[in-house]
Amino acid sequence: MDLNLGIEYEAFREEVAAFLAESWRPRTPGGDRLRQERAFRTLATQRGYLYRRYPRRYGGGEQPDDALKEQIIREELAKAGAPGEINSGGSKLLAPTLLSWGQDWQKERFLRAALHGEEIWCQGYSEPGAGSDLASIRTRAELDGDAWVINGQKIWTSNAAQADFMFALVRTEPDAPKHRGISYILLDMRAEGVTVRPLRQMTGESEFNEVFLDNVRTPADWIVGERGQGWQVSRTTLSFERAAVNPPPFIDALLQRLKDVARRRTRDGRPLIECTDIQQRIAEIEGYAMAHRYSVMRQVSMDSVGQDPGAAALCNKLVGTDIGQMIARLSQEMIGEEGLLMPAPGTSRENMDDVFWVMRSSSVAIAGGTSNIQRNIIAERALDLPREGKPA
Amino acid sequence: MNFHLSDDQIALQDAVRSCVRGIGKGQLHRAAFDSADGHAPEFRDGLVALGALGVGIDQDYGGLGLKLVDLALVCEVLGQEAAPGGYTGHVLAALAVQVAGSPEQKQRWLPRLADGSSIATVALGGAQGWEPEDWTLRVEDSKLNGAGGFAVGADAADLVVVGLAGGGLTIVEMAPPSVTITPLDGSDRSRRLFDLHFTDAVADPLPIAAGPRIYDALLVLLCADAFGGASRVMELTADYARTRVQFGRPIGGFQGVKHQLANLLCEVEPCRGLLWYAALCFDLDLADRSRTIALAKAHLADRYMHMARSAIELHGGIGYTWEYDLQIWVKRAMFDFAYGGTPGVLRQRAVRLGCLD
Ligand SMILES: Cc1cc2nc3c(=O)[nH]c(=O)nc-3n(C[C@H](O)[C@H](O)[C@H](O)COP(=O)(O)OP(=O)(O)OC[C@H]3O[C@@H](n4cnc5c(N)ncnc54)[C@H](O)[C@@H]3O)c2cc1C
Repeated sequence: MDLNLGIEYEAFREEVAAFLAESWRPRTPGGDRLRQERAFRTLATQRGYLYRRYPRRYGGGEQPDDALKEQIIREELAKAGAPGEINSGGSKLLAPTLLSWGQDWQKERFLRAALHGEEIWCQGYSEPGAGSDLASIRTRAELDGDAWVINGQKIWTSNAAQADFMFALVRTEPDAPKHRGISYILLDMRAEGVTVRPLRQMTGESEFNEVFLDNVRTPADWIVGERGQGWQVSRTTLSFERAAVNPPPFIDALLQRLKDVARRRTRDGRPLIECTDIQQRIAEIEGYAMAHRYSVMRQVSMDSVGQDPGAAALCNKLVGTDIGQMIARLSQEMIGEEGLLMPAPGTSRENMDDVFWVMRSSSVAIAGGTSNIQRNIIAERALDLPREGKPA
Repeated sequence: MNFHLSDDQIALQDAVRSCVRGIGKGQLHRAAFDSADGHAPEFRDGLVALGALGVGIDQDYGGLGLKLVDLALVCEVLGQEAAPGGYTGHVLAALAVQVAGSPEQKQRWLPRLADGSSIATVALGGAQGWEPEDWTLRVEDSKLNGAGGFAVGADAADLVVVGLAGGGLTIVEMAPPSVTITPLDGSDRSRRLFDLHFTDAVADPLPIAAGPRIYDALLVLLCADAFGGASRVMELTADYARTRVQFGRPIGGFQGVKHQLANLLCEVEPCRGLLWYAALCFDLDLADRSRTIALAKAHLADRYMHMARSAIELHGGIGYTWEYDLQIWVKRAMFDFAYGGTPGVLRQRAVRLGCLD
């Protein structure tokens, strides 16, 4: 073990940095930022830096699997402030599922636009009666000639109001056992019978929605995997979702903000960052953050040579969630009376202020599988303790 | 990137593990813990046979020529197995001679330290403070006078490497009456502690002031012990939770217990990467070496202690007895917590070294 990236990787890093210096102009005044970003992504994908696991004909970079190169690319993009892969339901959740399970025509039709954010997707899993116990969903789909007819309700559906399409779990085999009666189905959000009702979140924004589905028709072949295989198909996206929660670069950015707050705020005329109690608490969080960072690095490195990283991978979501909450707690301590106010107007998930993160950090403990559900998974799969609901 | 163990490193850990487990019907940790002097000559011979005493010593001097990360991997296993003895002090003394010694000092000591014909320990700080900036002893006219604290296994050592004011280090041979050793009633009976007193003891200072480096190495090896110990306690406790029955089922089926254990795993498991990184910081002499290592030791000491405490609780009454082996790891956690500086002290050190910049 030497942490040395090796000549090949150092050369690769230089290549990426050179590409960025040439192709990404940070903060170009004026101009259409979105268009700039789109043009940059297209170029970076052509060079094989983005969407590497996807074939070129589906809008990918088509590169051999190399977790380390991906890490280098992410680091260099972050350094340059350049946009990376689009972080959306379509690109991070649907696309990998289609790649593993989709028919060729489905990949042809949907992948490129999903990856590049040209078509927006939402995830229709949760229902009022089915959250943690997702397999108890009741929204049904029945085949009627050449179309599925869907009836039911989804809830907490992020970005449904902006979405062009939904990938949904629906019950197609009502007589089969709970987990075997579910199918993974795609539908057009503009189809007749789709009603979206935004829900206002505690942060004030409306990210998630209720979605009502009344006799919504979707073509018979807009099913991913076989009938009744939807549970298995959906597992692909859930594992991707878990891996993406509060990843180390995001935690590092939060910590940096935390230190900024400690420099800005004072107590008895002294910056908080000079007060021993605050120093101790930041340093303690730093310990957790470092462990998370190098644990993830270790998993990436082990993966790249086919070693099994073991229990650590199951822990990532809960670890990231908890660190995010420690940071929120300390930041709340430091911002004091600012915490009496709502987040400043215009703050968003992309550009948060401290109050926003105090609230937002709680959603991380829910979305994509709650912290208690993570604990069940860790206890059962990593520690081999008796399963929930099963007698010993 | 190469941030995973090589086959050789995995083999080294396996060899050390079988060495410990092969002795005394797997009861080495218990036998040494309860014995009068804590010595385990058979175990030391086993380590010598493996070449483990010379892991970090250059091949020119009869060692294996490996790095601190490899020493840490050995210490991780020793921590897992609660293995007795002063391995850490011995290899740190050897490392000190190797990085800071004159050619004559190396020639004289390293081959003997590698093959175990001489045994060494270290005395780096103590009650007045553990950090190199706190060291106060001075060599005058090649003589050392004063006290050195908390030397592990000093009764079996032929020499000690002592930390000096200004971050220097000196070799002192254990020649009574100029060096007297007083056993302490240490709580971790697997690593027996001694106070040293020097009266005009002959000192042979190392020419390079490598104190801060050796102190960092000490902290890394304590991290390794703590990670090994914490992961073993995790395993013991999960095993216990699967087998102990109350209310007609294994206690590990109660969600309160499951969640407590899952939380603990989330504290301990990420530390494997942290340990590796701390060791690599040392081996590669990265710019953030000392502050990263200080934070890592603070973090691991806290995690180990919390794991150990929770383990006692989850074992119920049996966990609080002398007879049950869990207490041996609890005492080791207490050792790793305090030795070299407590988490609070080390976090303050990291702050001084710029971890908040
Ligand atoms: C910001 C945000 C965005 C979201 N976006 C989407 C989306 O785009 N698409 C989508 O489909 N869903 C989305 N969700 C929904 C999310 O997946 C669910 O909220 C989550 O799975 C929990 O379900 P629930 O809300 O019904 O809570 P419940 O399942 O009712 O859980 C309530 C509490 O009970 C605990 N609990 C439940 N079962 C157990 C058990 N067996 N053991 C121990 N504790 C248990 C839970 O941990 C939780 O603390 C989003 C949620 C949030 C907060």
